[in-house]
Amino acid sequence: MKYMMFVVADPVAAAEAEPSENDLTIEEWLAEVEGKRITGDRLCPADDATTVRMSGTEVLVSDGPFTESKEWIAGFDILECENLDEAIAIAARHPQANGGKLELRPFWTSDE
Amino acid sequence: MEEAIRSVAAAERATLVATLIRLTGDWDLAEDCVQDAVERALARWPHDGIPRSPGAWLTTVARRRALDVLRRRRTERAKVQEAAITHAPVRVPLDPLSDDLLRLIFTCCHPALSLESRVALTLKTVAGLSTAEIARAFLVSEATLSQRLLRTKRKIARAGIPYRVPPDQLLGERTGGVLAVLYLIFNEGYGRSDGRLSAEAIRLTRLLVDLMPHEDEARGLLALMLLHEARRATRFDPAGELVPMEEQDRGRWDRTEIDEGLRQLRRAGASGRPLGAYRLQGEIAACHATAPDAGSTPWGRIVRLFDALLLVRPSPVIALNRAIAVGFRDGYDAGLGELVVVDGLEAYPSLPAARGDFLRRLGRHQEAGRAYREALRLTQDGTPERRLLERRLVEVGG
Repeated sequence: MKYMMFVVADPVAAAEAEPSENDLTIEEWLAEVEGKRITGDRLCPADDATTVRMSGTEVLVSDGPFTESKEWIAGFDILECENLDEAIAIAARHPQANGGKLELRPFWTSDE
Repeated sequence: MEEAIRSVAAAERATLVATLIRLTGDWDLAEDCVQDAVERALARWPHDGIPRSPGAWLTTVARRRALDVLRRRRTERAKVQEAAITHAPVRVPLDPLSDDLLRLIFTCCHPALSLESRVALTLKTVAGLSTAEIARAFLVSEATLSQRLLRTKRKIARAGIPYRVPPDQLLGERTGGVLAVLYLIFNEGYGRSDGRLSAEAIRLTRLLVDLMPHEDEARGLLALMLLHEARRATRFDPAGELVPMEEQDRGRWDRTEIDEGLRQLRRAGASGRPLGAYRLQGEIAACHATAPDAGSTPWGRIVRLFDALLLVRPSPVIALNRAIAVGFRDGYDAGLGELVVVDGLEAYPSLPAARGDFLRRLGRHQEAGRAYREALRLTQDGTPERRLLERRLVEVGG
């Protein structure tokens, strides 16, 4: 199963988060998930986002992200896992799990 | 006869569904084919008699039906599913305590599903309730519930929720999740005059205890349910009014259920593990169930059990119940003092209701009336809880 893992930054939760001895650095996490992580990267903050849509033949471009939210997508990873439990275990070890959050989305499969 | 057939079929049904899901990965196919087999049994067995191995009979019919359906689909996936069924070793009779049933239960209660979805899917697939029955129990329309079940099964498939008994490192927390679903089903049914949901919750928990005999908290939960259920006949008077525990006719408490509850607590104790939240609540229920009258309730022991429970699972509701127990142990004034420090229950009518009860017992009627009125403001109209509060308010001259 392929999963897109959105790394979500949450400024409110981050301010309240207590460091834990279980926290990994990103380098430690990357070493741990080798073989399960196909690719991934950090993204620029939502301030630098551009939203594009079409209205008829007109291209509408606007500044900022598509949702109004304090949370923003700070990065992503594409995982190849046996099942959701394995993806959850990988997400739970990500540095952003404490103070931010991870969203796991299975890839769309045409088998429907 | 029909009752006997239904209960035989119900016992075999869940295992059969669980096995077909494992073989095909298709929840609807599994449920439909087993349902079909059960209906055929209901039509045939009254004339032919119940077969010597009802499980084998149902398995054969359900398998044949599943193969028919798959052949007609003519897709690649159906061919693979067909082969899986054809080549599966047929255990006749199916082992009712096979891992398949546990797989099904753990999958229905996976934490990536919403709590209401877990409850609905467990009742549908494991307990075998109809969509209409579940919808009625949770006061939603049948269409809403069907949609919910559809979405839940789709998420299981799309998100890759594994169909398995969790590995050791996950088993503890996932078992806790299953127990939480069962307890929620029980509580949903506990407040109703119709005992269907509570009975299902007890049946499912008993099943889990059979499947996981060393899981002491499952036994604790079963004991807790039985000890509460034992009071069912006395919780409401003939007019449908709530009867507080101290006024219930203890002679009408169900001895069989109490004895089984106590037995389960003893067996859970044999695990040698420290008491978890369900065993502790079971022990508290046992204190009430075994007291010959309200006056001889062992409040000292109950307070100690609540203290332990607060350490395992801190919650304002447990703190409130502990404060009430302190009031009965040390006097109502002491109870009032304990209630003051209960935090986080601002919208919860039980807190002012408990204050009202202590004030009423102390003869401080005016203050009691104020507390009862506050509780009434937080209580839904038309409920037995509300009518009890209204009676109390009249008693203190409010």
